[in-house]
Amino acid sequence: MISISSYVIVAAVLFGIGTLGVLISRNIIILFMSLELMLNAASLAIIAFSRELNVIDGHVFVFLILAVAAAEAAVGLAMVITLFRNKETLNIDRFNLMKW
Amino acid sequence: MNLDAVIFIISAIVAVLGASMMIFQRNPVMAVLSFMVSLLAQAVLYIQLDALFLGAVLIIVYAGAVLVLFLFVIMLLNLRTTKELGPSSSLMRHLGKYFLSFLLIMEFVFIIKSSFFKGASLVGVMNMKPEGFGTVTSVATLLFTKYLYPFELTSILILVAIVGAVVMARKDKNIDRPTENKLGKN
Amino acid sequence: MSEYLFLVPLFPLIGFLINGLLLGRLPRSMIAFIACVSVGLSFILSLFLFFGLKAMPPEIRIVEQVLFNWIIAGSFHANIGFMLDPLSAVMIMVVSGVGFLIHIYSIGYMRGDTGYGRYFAYLNLFMFSMLILVLADNFLFMFVGWEGVGLCSYLLIGFWFEKKSASDAGKKAFITNRVGDFGFLLGMFIIFWQVGSLNFTEVMASAPQVFVSGGVLITVTCLLLFFGATGKSAQIPLYVWLPDAMEGPTPVSALIHAATMVTAGVYMIVRTNVLFIMAPDALMVVAIIGVVTAFYAATIGLAQNDIKRVLAYSTISQLGYMFLACGVAAFSAGIFHLMTHAFFKALLFMCAGSVIHAMSGQQDMRYMGGLKKYLPITFLSMLMATFAISGIPGFSGFFSKDEILWKSFSSPFGNYILWAVGFITAGLTAFYMFRLIYLTFYGKERMDEKTKAHIHESPKSMTVPLIILAILSVIGGWVGLPHLFGFTNNFEHWLEPVMRKTNQIIAARRINEAVGETGIEWGLMIATVALVLISIYFAYLIYNKRTELATSLREKFSSVHKLLLNKYYIDEFYGAIVIRPLIYFSLFLWKVIDVAVIDGFINGMASSYDDVSGTLRTMQTGRVRTYATIFLAGVVIIIAYMVFY
Repeated sequence: MISISSYVIVAAVLFGIGTLGVLISRNIIILFMSLELMLNAASLAIIAFSRELNVIDGHVFVFLILAVAAAEAAVGLAMVITLFRNKETLNIDRFNLMKW
Repeated sequence: MNLDAVIFIISAIVAVLGASMMIFQRNPVMAVLSFMVSLLAQAVLYIQLDALFLGAVLIIVYAGAVLVLFLFVIMLLNLRTTKELGPSSSLMRHLGKYFLSFLLIMEFVFIIKSSFFKGASLVGVMNMKPEGFGTVTSVATLLFTKYLYPFELTSILILVAIVGAVVMARKDKNIDRPTENKLGKN
Repeated sequence: MSEYLFLVPLFPLIGFLINGLLLGRLPRSMIAFIACVSVGLSFILSLFLFFGLKAMPPEIRIVEQVLFNWIIAGSFHANIGFMLDPLSAVMIMVVSGVGFLIHIYSIGYMRGDTGYGRYFAYLNLFMFSMLILVLADNFLFMFVGWEGVGLCSYLLIGFWFEKKSASDAGKKAFITNRVGDFGFLLGMFIIFWQVGSLNFTEVMASAPQVFVSGGVLITVTCLLLFFGATGKSAQIPLYVWLPDAMEGPTPVSALIHAATMVTAGVYMIVRTNVLFIMAPDALMVVAIIGVVTAFYAATIGLAQNDIKRVLAYSTISQLGYMFLACGVAAFSAGIFHLMTHAFFKALLFMCAGSVIHAMSGQQDMRYMGGLKKYLPITFLSMLMATFAISGIPGFSGFFSKDEILWKSFSSPFGNYILWAVGFITAGLTAFYMFRLIYLTFYGKERMDEKTKAHIHESPKSMTVPLIILAILSVIGGWVGLPHLFGFTNNFEHWLEPVMRKTNQIIAARRINEAVGETGIEWGLMIATVALVLISIYFAYLIYNKRTELATSLREKFSSVHKLLLNKYYIDEFYGAIVIRPLIYFSLFLWKVIDVAVIDGFINGMASSYDDVSGTLRTMQTGRVRTYATIFLAGVVIIIAYMVFY
């Protein structure tokens, strides 16, 4: 059998990749998906811990996380549409009005 | 090397690769598809961890609904080409960011592998699961008894999200679009 | 009875609130009605309280009502509390009674004024403050009233604030009063420091044990309190504001600057008579300042041409008499003169107001004359008041002034020099008052034709208060008929509970000296009356019979006349030694200390912050990814710290 820590390490790596995606991508949509990836990585870790401790509550949390992620996707994409309408671009660096 | 291990290694590699491809893609459609691959592999990992219900939900809701929504938006905005994003930045400019992310992963690995979680007996093989762990019945029982209120509140959250999305994405007829040009001329 | 005490100041407060809050929304008749009724109710209540107090045995004639604790801090506490004793009973009757008449008088006098509601609101606020002042049961609450009347005085002097001179006069009064208030406050501090309480009853009870009689501390305290009194009651050196205060409406001059507020200092000293009697040196100072002020102001009054200014200096002079009485420990005589003075001086001002009203605003007596036949009621009232202030036997002023003069001679704290100055001042008083009468009501009609055509007797609302006050000016003194005529002095007897300790001390001193012979008293009285009559004759001679004498005298003594006309150049003197240096010092503080040093320091600091933050703000690029990177770096460092450290 595979140890739980293997799963958690996979979750950690996915989380790191998501972080990197947030840092380097210029496209808002990809940046946004990176955020979703980070959420998924956290979910994976929770499920692994839940299995280890044999407590099913973790699954409920993950279910709720999925609901939140779905809601976030809906709102976030609406924002993306609005932003695109205003600036005709999705380059995140163009949205820098809130500076000094 | 049993079958479980093989499945785990393959799906883990696919998940990580899919995620990596997603963030390095310049074409958004391709990024979404990569993400979908990664999600499918993650769903396999879920099922391996006896989260049968959630694995199904991940595929149906995430891969099926949310990512399709992303695709819709990309098509709506007609984002095939990527030239509006300007020239791609060099690897050297992002070196610090790569390094930081790498450091973060290393820290996580160190925590997991070190004695940090000794009390939780994380190291070692999976123990025996109880009867019906992770099935729809067990999750639903908990969801509709112990976590009834959070579950109901989620519905409100989704309602708010729907309303918010509609309000924000709606075209405002009163305000003329691109303010930049007009301001520039005046 | 005690539970009704707070109603006395409350009624004018309600009147003030109604008139003040509904400013300009009430019809004129309503404004006047509210203002007069609120004060009238206070007066009626004061009468009831007086008779209630009179029904009690003399020993326990003190009623206190504490509404609530106002300030409690450590061992210090001050109440919103009222105290009614024979002294404050007299005061509230005089204040609310005279105040009521002047309110009624104002209805007619202020008829055409645009600030009608404002005027009556201020007037009611003044009544409220003044009643607080005389009814308060502790120094601090009294100080509230003290400041309140100062504020109202300021507001009412500057009532016609469009006039520069009026607003300047208001400021002058306020600032001069503040100087005196500072002394009062310091005196209050010492009392609290030594006694540990500000309640009148407690302070008066424990003062003899706490202070060393005749010691430095009590003398300083009393002098500080007296300094406060000089500000409010216009004595040397702080009298300069009162003549200028005549810029206000004449009823205000009558109420505030003649009858009530300016006597607050006298009231305060009498209220604290237990302290003053323990400080004979301070008493001496009070007496000297009082008598010098009386004489000095009377001489200025001789040469003034403005009818109200003559009365203003006369007020200062009469207040000087009251302080003389206090200074020779004849406190009840001081209050007696306060009361009679309130009647006749209010009357004099109101008559002057009536004259000014008839003369279409002309105040200069050189352009009056012969008004007797046009203003019969005003003339008669004013004559009564003039008799009273001059001290014609039988009129109120005679009894009170005579008592003061006799006490200044016979009291253990008095001496013949004080008496002599007071005696001469009595002659001067009669002279300048009859000069006023002759210039105004007799002789040639010196006004121009337009004014002359316009002369008319004042309306009923103005003449009726005149008549009432004229009656009071005549009979007001009969409550204190002296022993000499075979009466018991009721007034002194009435105030006896307040002065008990003082009287004991005086009685103890009296044993050593053998003054008190009726022969001397008769002699002095007759001398005073004779001097007064001679003065009146001279005034008649110079200003009525042979008017050319006035001109020749003026030319003969032109330097003296000029000195008097210019009020001894005291205003210029103060301007040179106090105001000018103060202005230069303030300029120095402004230009050098404030602008260069403080502003320079602050601005320098601000601009250095500006520079630093101007550099630092470029950190805020507005790029989300940069923020995220920095955020991640923070996360990595914190995790590293938690894991490895």
